[in-house]
This record gives sequence, structure tokens and C-alpha cells, in this order.
Amino acid sequence: MEALQNLLQQTVNGIQLGSVYALIAVGYTMVYGVLQFINFAHGDVYMVGAYIGFFAITATFLSHFPPVMQGSITLLLCMTGCALLGNFIERLAYRPLRNGLSGRDAFPWALFWSLYVMLFLGKWLSSRSVLPAWIVFTVTFFVSLVSLSALFKLSFSKLSKHLKPSSDRLTALITAIGISFLLENQGVALFTTTPRQIQLKGIANDIHLRLSAFKYYSGNKLHVVGVRISGGEITVLAAAIILMSFLIYLVGHTRTGRAIRAVSLDKDAAALMGIPADKIIGLTFIIGSSLAGAAGFLNHEVSGISFDSNIGIALGLKAFVAAVLGGIGSIEGAVVGGLLMGVAESFTGGSVLSSLKDAVSFVILIAILLLRPGGILGSNVQEKV
Amino acid sequence: MLKVVDLNVYYGAIHALKSVSLEVNQGEIVTLIGANGAGKSTLIRTISGLVKSASGEMWYAQSRLDSLAPHQIVKLGVSQSPEGRRVFRTMSVHDNLLMGAYTRKIDRATLHADMDEMFTLFPRLKEREKQQAGTLSGGEQQMLAIARALMSKPRLLMLDEPSLGLAPFLVQTIFSVIQNINRAGVTILLVEQNAHQALRIAHRAYVLETGCITLTDEASKLMENDAVRQAYLGG
Repeated sequence: MEALQNLLQQTVNGIQLGSVYALIAVGYTMVYGVLQFINFAHGDVYMVGAYIGFFAITATFLSHFPPVMQGSITLLLCMTGCALLGNFIERLAYRPLRNGLSGRDAFPWALFWSLYVMLFLGKWLSSRSVLPAWIVFTVTFFVSLVSLSALFKLSFSKLSKHLKPSSDRLTALITAIGISFLLENQGVALFTTTPRQIQLKGIANDIHLRLSAFKYYSGNKLHVVGVRISGGEITVLAAAIILMSFLIYLVGHTRTGRAIRAVSLDKDAAALMGIPADKIIGLTFIIGSSLAGAAGFLNHEVSGISFDSNIGIALGLKAFVAAVLGGIGSIEGAVVGGLLMGVAESFTGGSVLSSLKDAVSFVILIAILLLRPGGILGSNVQEKV
Repeated sequence: MLKVVDLNVYYGAIHALKSVSLEVNQGEIVTLIGANGAGKSTLIRTISGLVKSASGEMWYAQSRLDSLAPHQIVKLGVSQSPEGRRVFRTMSVHDNLLMGAYTRKIDRATLHADMDEMFTLFPRLKEREKQQAGTLSGGEQQMLAIARALMSKPRLLMLDEPSLGLAPFLVQTIFSVIQNINRAGVTILLVEQNAHQALRIAHRAYVLETGCITLTDEASKLMENDAVRQAYLGG
């Protein structure tokens, strides 16, 4: 009976972890659907989400709100922040690769470099100016943004004749790995490698739900077999279910969702329907990244798991495995794959093999690639060469 | 209505279209015939904006098409039913038609009226409305591809090989539907390998050979042309 109790509890834990994997996996699978490459920077977007959540909760301006409000606002901040970041990455790196560098790419590039100009030039200027630091930083940023925009616009439109777009998916993949390193190391520089741990008070630990499966007498003692679910776990599950239902409705039943599916199925045909491919691709980055941001918040600020700036690699890889397991390109597959991965990991963690907890996902990956390369819900189409 | 002047297109080192000029007037059916690999599809893919030209000009009404993205060209009223049908296989017939109307901001009633119009044109699609497009037969998929292209209410419809791989009686049906569409006021640019059928319904025709326009005339005159008869009409 002890074993059954353990099994039930680990299943609950696994589903909670799995719903986090599923939220991240959706981002991999949707981007793969429209662009046929793995956006390896996605895990690092999740990391940024976790940090936004951390700083929002530690910030004083939110601490006066009741816990539910505080949690909702933080969730919203994480999702918006990550959506902006995801779209920014697309505009900065992937779109110029896909379409060739042109004058339209000047703004994201100027924005990117202006951040560095602000950090370094702003620091130097503020050390020798009487003005308050924030004014110096803001002015440096905007002056640099405007001048760099103009400079890039001019040079990119001159260069665009000589630069051909790269249709090679490998190029995009390597770029994604590069962006991943950039975000990760920028994370180390900005947030340091100190492990952070915080839990949203009020929701997470004050509520407990005990569900008993059955009761039995052994000797004269009453034993209860069941699970104990914390408020945090309920919150993670509920939020994941709401976000996923919303996503599945959006993709399945709206005009925009149909356009996303059309671009995934056949880019040229979609273009001939008048669907603006770049807009739709940008949108998939926004949706996927905002869900990764939500996952970062749920896993770290609601469940209270400690993290540092390298978390994106570990969690991102596992979520990627979940997406492949479910069938890359399929949103339902990402959900199934995520849940399976979560439960598998939780079972391993709760058994005598607990030290293999992190290895089990990759064992599953190897097995699935051997047995059913298309994934559980994948279409398993042979690529024509 | 559509005017292409001195168009050059390259695929890497291959010069696919060499100084191609072509004109389509309002209300016409113009056909572009030529052998496999002559560049017919390349030409209409370039007009649709899917392939970028190296030089030359393309005009539709008062707008220059060269620098526009495919979705902007559709918005202007130039629609294409691509080679190989390219229907969205895992979407229903209904959803495929909805995608066709993507650029139009219209209410439900107009949409349904337009869809019914397609179902009168192709009654078979009505029976298959809820079915996945990938499960349709080749002929039905071709009908769907044409109907889908018409859902954007184009003024110029470009059809790429609508008879490819169809049974002879279906080819007849498709071509008579094309004539009906034209009578309803849609200008048509028809790319075909089935030169006999294409020339029968077209007003004017262009012959494309290895990237060059070699002949152009009224369709009926080309039918009498010895060179055309030898090369494309089987003697």
C-alpha cells in the first residue's frame, strides 16, 4: 500500500511537471511547424520568464496586492516580456536570414546595439556628469537608437542587393544555438549565477487538498491511500489547462489559427491565399514565447523550484524532447509528450533510480527516434529528397 | 490589365526567363503554352511574387508588382491556383475555401453566399464540404484549388496546369468551368501543357520555349500555325 500511495503521489507530481514541459514544448513545436527548424533559444526565453517573475515578486510595488492579484500581474508581466523577447529574436536574427537583410531590419538591429551602447557609454557618461543616472541612460539609449536606425537603414538597403537570403535550415539552426548562447551568457552577466528561489506566498503553501482514493483497516488502524496536492500544484495545473485550452481554441477555430495552420502546411500556397507569412511567423514566436514565460513563472515562482541563469538549457532540452516525443509540429503532441515526460521523470525520481531522473528524458528520446521517428501524434512523413 | 516587360529571372546560375514580355487585357483568356521546363510556372510564380525577378517590370492596373510580397499582390486582385493543386490537405474543404477568402474582411452572410456560388460552380465540393482536402480525388482537389483561388474575388485569375493528371472527361469539365468564370467577368491567364484544349478556349496565346516567348497570336491563328501544330498539337 505504501507503494501505491507513492505511485499516486508521483503521478500527481509528474503531471504538474509535465504541464510545465508541455507549455514550453508548444513553442518548439509551433515554430518548427511554420519554419521547420528548432528554435534552440526557446529554453532561454523560458529562463528570462523565470527571472521576470522573480524580480516582479520581489519588487515592492506588487507586494501590497493580495496574493492572487500579485500572481496574476506577475504572470501577465512574464508572458508579455517573453512575447516581446521572442518576437525581437525573430526580427533580429531569423527574419533577416530568411528574407535577406533589408532596410526593414534596421530597427531591431538598432534596438539591439542601443542596449549595449546604453550600458557601456551610458555608464561612462554618467560617471562624469552631474545629471541623474537614469536621465543619462535614457538619453544615450534614444540618441543611439535614432542614429543607429538611420545608419543601419542606409547601409542595409545598400547592402541588400549583395546579400542573398539563406534558405538553408542548418543556417537557421546554428543561428538559434548562437542566440541561445547569447541569451544565456547575457543572463549570467545580468543576473549572475547565484541560484534564486522564491515562492509566491498565499497561494502556494496555505492551501492543501487531500484526495483519498480508498481507506482500509489493518489491525485496528485506519489507513488512507490518497494524494496530497498543494495550492501551488493546483495553480500550475489550472493555469496550464486554461492557457492550453485557449491555445487549442485559437489554432483550431479562429481565422488567425487557420492561417497559422495554412503556413505550416504549405508556405507558398498560404502566400497565394494572401496570408502575410512574416506576420504569422512572428505571431507563432509571440504565442510560443509567452507560454514559455508563463511556464517559467509557474515552475519557479509558484512551485518554488530554485533556478539560475543556466536553467534554460536543461529545461529547454527536456521540453524539446517532449515536443519530439509527441510528434514535432503537433500542438496536441506537445501536450501528450510533455505530460509523459513529466510523469516518467517523476517516477524515476521517486524510485531507487532517482539519480537517473535527468537521464530518463534522453533515454526516451533515443527510444522514440528508433521506434517511431515521427513521434506519438506525428504524421511520420518521409521527406522527399 | 497585366503587363510584363522584359522580365528576367534566374534560379542560381540558370537563366529561367529571358526578357519575357507579355500582356493580358481585361476580359480575356490568355494562355501560355510550352513544354515541360520552358518556364511557364516560373513566369506566373514571379507575377504572384513567389519568385523574385532580376530585372524587368511587372504592372497590374496602376500598380507595380515587382517589389510587392505575395500577400499584397493577392490583395490587389491577382489570384493563382498553383501547379499540383496545393490544397491544405489536413483542412476540410470548407476551411480551404475560408483560407481563400482570407484577405477579404466580410461578414458571415457574404461569405456563405460566396461559398454557395462556388458550390454551384462545383457541386461535387458541396458533397465533400466537411471532408479533409487530402482525401479528395485529383479532380476534386483541382476544383477545390480553383474555387479557393476564386474566393478572394480576383479580377485576374492565373491557373497553373489545371488539367494535369485528370481524366479526359474531367478536363472537359474544368475547361468549360474556366470559360464560365471568364464570362462572369474574371480575366484569365492559363498555363497549360494541354495546348489543344487551352487554345480552344483562349482568345490569345503565347508560346514559351526555354525561357523565351517565341510566338504570340490569336489562339485560333496559332491553332493553324504549322510550327505550333508540329510541336504542341501532334501534327
